[in-house]
Amino acid sequence: MARLTEENVRLAREIIARYPRSRSATIPLLHLAQQQDGYVSNDAMVHIGELVGATSAEVFGTASFYEMFKFEPVGKYLVNICGTMSCALLGADELIHHAEHALDVKLGGTTDDGLITLERAECQAACTEAPCLQVNYRYRFRVTNESFDQLVDDLRAGRLDGEIPPHGTVARVRQRVAADRVVGAVAPADVADGPSWFDGKAAL
Amino acid sequence: MTSYPHAPGFIAGDRPQIVTSRFQYDDSFTLERYLATGGYQGLKKALGRTPTDVHDEVKNATVLGRGGAGFPAGTKWGLTPQGKWPRYLVVNGDESEPGTYKDRLLMERDPHQLIEGCLIACYAAGLSQCFLYIRGEMAVAQERVATALNEAYAAGYVGKNIMGSRFSVDIVLHWGAGAYVVGEETALIESLEGNRGMPRLKPPYFPAAIGLYGQPTIVNNVETLANLPWLLVNGAEAYTAIGTKTSPGTRMVAVSGHVKRPGVYEIINGTTTFRDLLYGDEFCQGIRNDNQLKAFVPGGGSAPWFTPEQLDLPFEASQVGPAGSMLGSGAVMVMDHTTDIPRAALTLTRFYAHESCGKCTPCREGGTWLERILSRIVDGKGTDADLDQLLEVGESICPGAFPHASSSELGLSAVPFPYRMNTICFVGPSAYAPVHSALTLFRSEFEARVTKRTRIPVSGSVS
Repeated sequence: MARLTEENVRLAREIIARYPRSRSATIPLLHLAQQQDGYVSNDAMVHIGELVGATSAEVFGTASFYEMFKFEPVGKYLVNICGTMSCALLGADELIHHAEHALDVKLGGTTDDGLITLERAECQAACTEAPCLQVNYRYRFRVTNESFDQLVDDLRAGRLDGEIPPHGTVARVRQRVAADRVVGAVAPADVADGPSWFDGKAAL
Repeated sequence: MTSYPHAPGFIAGDRPQIVTSRFQYDDSFTLERYLATGGYQGLKKALGRTPTDVHDEVKNATVLGRGGAGFPAGTKWGLTPQGKWPRYLVVNGDESEPGTYKDRLLMERDPHQLIEGCLIACYAAGLSQCFLYIRGEMAVAQERVATALNEAYAAGYVGKNIMGSRFSVDIVLHWGAGAYVVGEETALIESLEGNRGMPRLKPPYFPAAIGLYGQPTIVNNVETLANLPWLLVNGAEAYTAIGTKTSPGTRMVAVSGHVKRPGVYEIINGTTTFRDLLYGDEFCQGIRNDNQLKAFVPGGGSAPWFTPEQLDLPFEASQVGPAGSMLGSGAVMVMDHTTDIPRAALTLTRFYAHESCGKCTPCREGGTWLERILSRIVDGKGTDADLDQLLEVGESICPGAFPHASSSELGLSAVPFPYRMNTICFVGPSAYAPVHSALTLFRSEFEARVTKRTRIPVSGSVS
């Protein structure tokens, strides 16, 4: 249970400044909180509300709509096996069944060592490579029972630490814009005219 | 026909490549490669012309929206009300339709092409800021686009005074957190405003008139925008020379399920048929194990199903619509004769029931009912009354005749697309589409699965 750290508050303000209205930063800041703690804590949602000008209930209202936000700790690795059409046609149900046995958890559960949480996900946009899964949103394609077991071994042995960050970190690269390159966001109420370059003439 | 280890899923062929031309390079996502292969030349050409001129070029090319509805981008840009400022561009990269993936590849493999497309759209339509919304679960796409944006800003292709011109615009990378319905454009805008991603009631909330922050907003799909750099370099005439008059250019189609070579193909629009795609040597090369084709979904999970009778239809909305389905987002899912049809319908209906945002009662309640009744049938606990109940629930989501394909075997003629709907967006009808198709075209499989109720004659008291 933690508010955002000083470094993350600085990052949060940078993100907020990109939008004409600060509340647009709500989802990016929820990701930031989840990256910090592995899940989204109540304190973090209160803090995000302060930063974007919303009540904590409004922040939770938004957060609870979205599948990726977890409100209690999950395993270091979230394994999402796709169960939608194309994957189901090619054995996703059997793979999920195998995974439940191999990990000794039911869907939604976390292994005793706290390392892996297993979920069934909906279509992950890799339908030609079915059945597929994501570990912390990193793909594994055409997964077999054997390659699933191998994946679990590799995760337990820490062999994938370089490729797969712990749960909470999605993209490891952030947008960064130098102050002299940015045009800057303006509140819509403060804009009366079209952009100066939109004057019927060519820009070059 | 070639596949590349660095782009799993994509299969190239001996066909024109408008949006996938760089997929052959393992470093296709870098600025260096992009510039070495003609990158940002379309933007340069655009900036040398007036915005109206660029807009006309796109209109003349009839670039159809690739997100599902197929509305021409140039026409869409022209729908913003006069004199209302600012106007925004929102890029829909929230690709999550079952069976669909092309936007993910375009973002992972060629992010600069998308960025260039965004800039051309902003320039032509006078849009003062661009928000690039990427699906939350697409970690690599987010990383590639973030890196590309950082490179492009630093090199002067995005931000202030682009390519030394008077044109200035910011592109803000935004990302979601897992919700299918956010792919609907007004839900996308709600999500971008920091809210629960629920669709808005239209009218009045057509984004072009009242969109992000209540301002005129153009929402375009990733693939649609990715077409623009090529179009500006080569011109509308070259663009319309590919494909047909009503469906020009190419489009990306993902074919998955029971085929020998599933893959994402860039196909020629309007002329390529489903038979070409499923059986052609340069495409999927037939059904796995040379099995019989039973049915296929022609346009993403939301589309009513086709059977082998519809194989010769081309990728042309004006022919697929009257035949009872839609082209949607470019996703074909193939089922061979071993497929358990009620179970297949259940996997799709479960998806839409799960993804219902809960705003409209027919979808929230109806989707769940459909899923429960189907589950019951699949588990062998259904009765014949359940079959009619499925149709009854569907009727409350989509009143009147629901589109379906023709079947000479069953003596059915086609009911054309689209349907009427009691919901704001397409999630509710999409939950019903697989149920309706499966039950209409394969009713016997359901009947074999359910218990026939026997009427017990009432002849007197029990005792």
